[in-house]
Amino acid sequence: MNVSKKEVEHVAALARLALSEEEKILYTDQFNVILEYIHRLNELNLENIDPMTHVQQLRNVLRKDIAKGSEKELVVRILEESPGKEKEKGFFSVPPVIEGFEMEE
Amino acid sequence: MQEFETVIGLEVHVELLTKTKMFCGCSTAFGASPNTQVCPLCLGLPGGTVPELNRKAIEYTIKAAMALNCSITEEITFDRKNYFYADLPKGYQISQFFYPMGTGGYVEIHLNGSTKKIGIRQIHLEEDTGKLLHLGNIISSPYSRVDFNRAGVPLVEIVTDPEVRSAEEARLFLQKLRSILRYIEISDCKMEEGSMRCDANISLMPLGSKEFGNKTELKNMNSFRSVYKGIEYEVERQRNILLEGAEVTPQTRHWDESKGLTKAMRSKFVSADYRCFPDPAIPPFDPPQEWLEEIRESIPELPDSRFTRFVREYELPPYDAEVLTGSREMADFFDAVLTLYNEPKNVSNWIMSEFLRLLNSTNTEISECRIKPEDLGELLNLMDKEVISGKIAKGVFEEMFASGEKPEDIIKKKGLVQISDENTLSKIIDSVLEGNPSSVEDFHSGKNKAMGFLVGQVMKETKGKANPQLVNKLLKEKIEK
Amino acid sequence: MNLYEKTAYDAAMALEKKEVTSVELVESVLGRISEVEKNVKGFIHLIERETILEEAREIDRLRAKGQRSSILAGVPMALKDNMCTMGIPTTCASRILEDYRPPYNAHVTEKLQQAGTVLIGKANMDEFAMGSSTENSAFYPTHNPWDTNRVPGGSSGGSAALVAADEVFFSLGSDTGGSVRQPASLCGVVGLKPTYGLVSRYGLIAFASSLDQIGPLTKDVRDCAMVLEIIAGNDSRDSTSVPREKESYSSYLGRDIKGFKVAMPKEYFQEGIEEAVRESVMNAVVLCIKLGVEVEEVSMPHTSYALPCYYLVGTAEASSNLARYDGVQYGFRAPDQDNLIELYLKTRSQGFGSEVKRRIMLGTYALSSGYYDAYYLNSLKARTLIRQDFENVFQNYDLIITPTSPSPAFVRGERLDDPLTMYLSDIYTTTANLAGVPAISIPCGLADGLPVGLQIIGRPFDEGRMLQFCFALEKMLGFKGLKPKISADGVLKDVS
Repeated sequence: MNVSKKEVEHVAALARLALSEEEKILYTDQFNVILEYIHRLNELNLENIDPMTHVQQLRNVLRKDIAKGSEKELVVRILEESPGKEKEKGFFSVPPVIEGFEMEE
Repeated sequence: MQEFETVIGLEVHVELLTKTKMFCGCSTAFGASPNTQVCPLCLGLPGGTVPELNRKAIEYTIKAAMALNCSITEEITFDRKNYFYADLPKGYQISQFFYPMGTGGYVEIHLNGSTKKIGIRQIHLEEDTGKLLHLGNIISSPYSRVDFNRAGVPLVEIVTDPEVRSAEEARLFLQKLRSILRYIEISDCKMEEGSMRCDANISLMPLGSKEFGNKTELKNMNSFRSVYKGIEYEVERQRNILLEGAEVTPQTRHWDESKGLTKAMRSKFVSADYRCFPDPAIPPFDPPQEWLEEIRESIPELPDSRFTRFVREYELPPYDAEVLTGSREMADFFDAVLTLYNEPKNVSNWIMSEFLRLLNSTNTEISECRIKPEDLGELLNLMDKEVISGKIAKGVFEEMFASGEKPEDIIKKKGLVQISDENTLSKIIDSVLEGNPSSVEDFHSGKNKAMGFLVGQVMKETKGKANPQLVNKLLKEKIEK
Repeated sequence: MNLYEKTAYDAAMALEKKEVTSVELVESVLGRISEVEKNVKGFIHLIERETILEEAREIDRLRAKGQRSSILAGVPMALKDNMCTMGIPTTCASRILEDYRPPYNAHVTEKLQQAGTVLIGKANMDEFAMGSSTENSAFYPTHNPWDTNRVPGGSSGGSAALVAADEVFFSLGSDTGGSVRQPASLCGVVGLKPTYGLVSRYGLIAFASSLDQIGPLTKDVRDCAMVLEIIAGNDSRDSTSVPREKESYSSYLGRDIKGFKVAMPKEYFQEGIEEAVRESVMNAVVLCIKLGVEVEEVSMPHTSYALPCYYLVGTAEASSNLARYDGVQYGFRAPDQDNLIELYLKTRSQGFGSEVKRRIMLGTYALSSGYYDAYYLNSLKARTLIRQDFENVFQNYDLIITPTSPSPAFVRGERLDDPLTMYLSDIYTTTANLAGVPAISIPCGLADGLPVGLQIIGRPFDEGRMLQFCFALEKMLGFKGLKPKISADGVLKDVS
């Protein structure tokens, strides 16, 4: 089961990583080596085995619906240190979001 | 001309009325200044990755699932839905992908005199995202602001089966859903405030066909009216495409309220692949049987049962029953009046005409209204006893609405007691007849309108307090002499 | 003996007996740092001298009044740089968090602060804890004090090296696939990965939520028990931390280990192990038997599937946990981007190193549509089988003994070209993370002058008896007290 460069490109896009051409080739090769090693898992008969989604037997950890005090100073500090802070007071800011908006028709 | 069937599935998101967010103790109160109801966890700060599940949010979701006739999962688990967007602080949303809390339910709508069930495919709990705000036009703004107050607020998502067949059915479904959810008090379902949002998946297929056509997803419908108009427009758009022999492109479309049309959305950077997996940081929850029973018992009589009861027990016409059970407060109010004044049709008429008129024109909620059920009951009692006339009663009611005073007090204060004493009325009628000889003559020459005029004069004399039936009777007697 | 050479316990006793002050301990350690740190490069960030001294003075003042918050009050230590320290840079050795100052402290930071220990600085690591050599740090690699051309192991390489070089008395590391134990083994110190859920992860910058655990790196077993006592315990801010009674681990030390039943899984002595390591571990096994311990060979048939499983589960979780590093709310943001997509692409590509990118992509792939069942889901099933192996063995045995690492410290740069070779360093350690069981590495000998580590794995929450066992064994092994003779000019003097 080989991973193609195209698949690596797709995965990189999903993870929002921009790769150079050399990186794409390098990672494709490395992936294939790693995945081949990982494929030894196929030797196992996993048919009736339950997946271990949680490490512990711990269950039922819930919290009451009571508001905690506001952490104003904490948030002010976070905002101050955030990138793009020079743009607005009280808001985080990002460059224009163009994905997912209506096309000019 | 080929006919098409419309196939619609709705996805509704509803904000829960919990005091805090889903995984942290930040407040969910509406209207706070931006980024004041946040903490390291809901901001997705490094190291702030350990969530604590809000018990109330689960309770409300289960309650909703039960009210919508769903089966509840035995084990409650949460999964991560991974994607990138500026309003998603962690780069993933915690939701329920594998095992939604409720499945296989339904909602009944009344259409053209019959009842139809719209299947609920699933209902699940997830966290809301923050809000992205653009300066001016979306395309040309220099940057976008993000407010994370809403990030992490518990959201219930309700997905229907593709059984909605028209814009009207969609509207009825939403109204009924809203009514139910407000009855059980888990959300205030205000589309204008964003606590209820609706997207629609729409496709057409030839009449009689079994194969669904390509569907489009329609977003950005921010009121019941928009949902109706948006669906209507999109169905027509698709119909025109199909009639030309072309295929509908599966895509996401955006409803433009101002232009009254739907537009295709710009395609995404990469096609969505949410890579959902069970969240390892959230231990599973087994809802105890007693707790589930408690929740079930806390569900009040729901709109449909109430409707049936109103029609059966009170012998009200379906239309009346529908209006009265539209909201829990209204139905509760109605039931309360009946405990003091047991004439359902009278009460119904009064509520549907006068009461609703006043509530709507002043934009008042019943819960805020000053009139108490016993006061309306008393007013109707007084009318029955002919202490006041119907017309006077309307005025008294308006006064009650404005001031919250009791009808007896208002009547006393303004001296509005109906005059029903024959002697008193006789004297007044005589005086009116004497003062309007021409009208009397008109009457005798066959102009029946004159009667109305004379009655009007009596009412004027008595400032509207004369018992109209009595006036009519006495006047008739006297004039015919 | 220089003050800095003492164990944490000995230093604490000296403080208690008023033979020494905390200020003197700090001065000693700072002096040592100025001598050797340039050759070890274990720190990413050193706290300002005056701040540290003021803290030490305060502790001395309190002690003079008869107050001390814990037995280790006044003892200098370091924290791995993925543990939040309020206002102090916490970088995870990554450019994407290069200037990040957390607005709060991690649970363990608080606990150690409350205990009166003195934070000297933040320790170097592989970027986002991904690596086995600390060569993946975005800043610089750390050098093994035993041979500065060699790696200290990873990802808690800085934490281990600092302790081995006596630059601090103890440190904390984090262990996701062996990242506390493997560097402990390569640096000749003690490193413990507690049972999953024993130590709160609040404030630990996550790599893989179901595998990460924080653990101590110390000069000996006694120190390890003492540090564990401070950091273990339920924290309501971490819903995966287990509500348990606090335990006194040091009270286990010194008890007899005769009659302990120890299992030796043959699978840990097969693939890839170097002969010198095998010999060293077998010598230790012989010593165990002399102490009255029953040692028997067993089979844990799913051992060889642990590493593939780990590289699916761990990378999948990491791909999700690291999605928040997008330049929006904090950290590095690539400047002058036209739109949000560009912001994400540039920030993440410039901010992350190649190993991090590799693992994010691998994890994304394992979760992606069409591959979820074959990769991620199957790895979770394999995980169940791996845990069952442990459950089965622990039915009849108290502890499991294995080598920690298949080889001693390797030369810097040797394994960088082939990621798989690097991953194979964790072949004996990932099983404990996958099963959530506690595991400790103690030095058991030297191979060509380089330390070899022995691993003991125990039942969940059985750290007390594990430490009891290791304490007894440590005495017999005679490694304790052996030091790398690293000096100011970095030249290794004779090693005894």
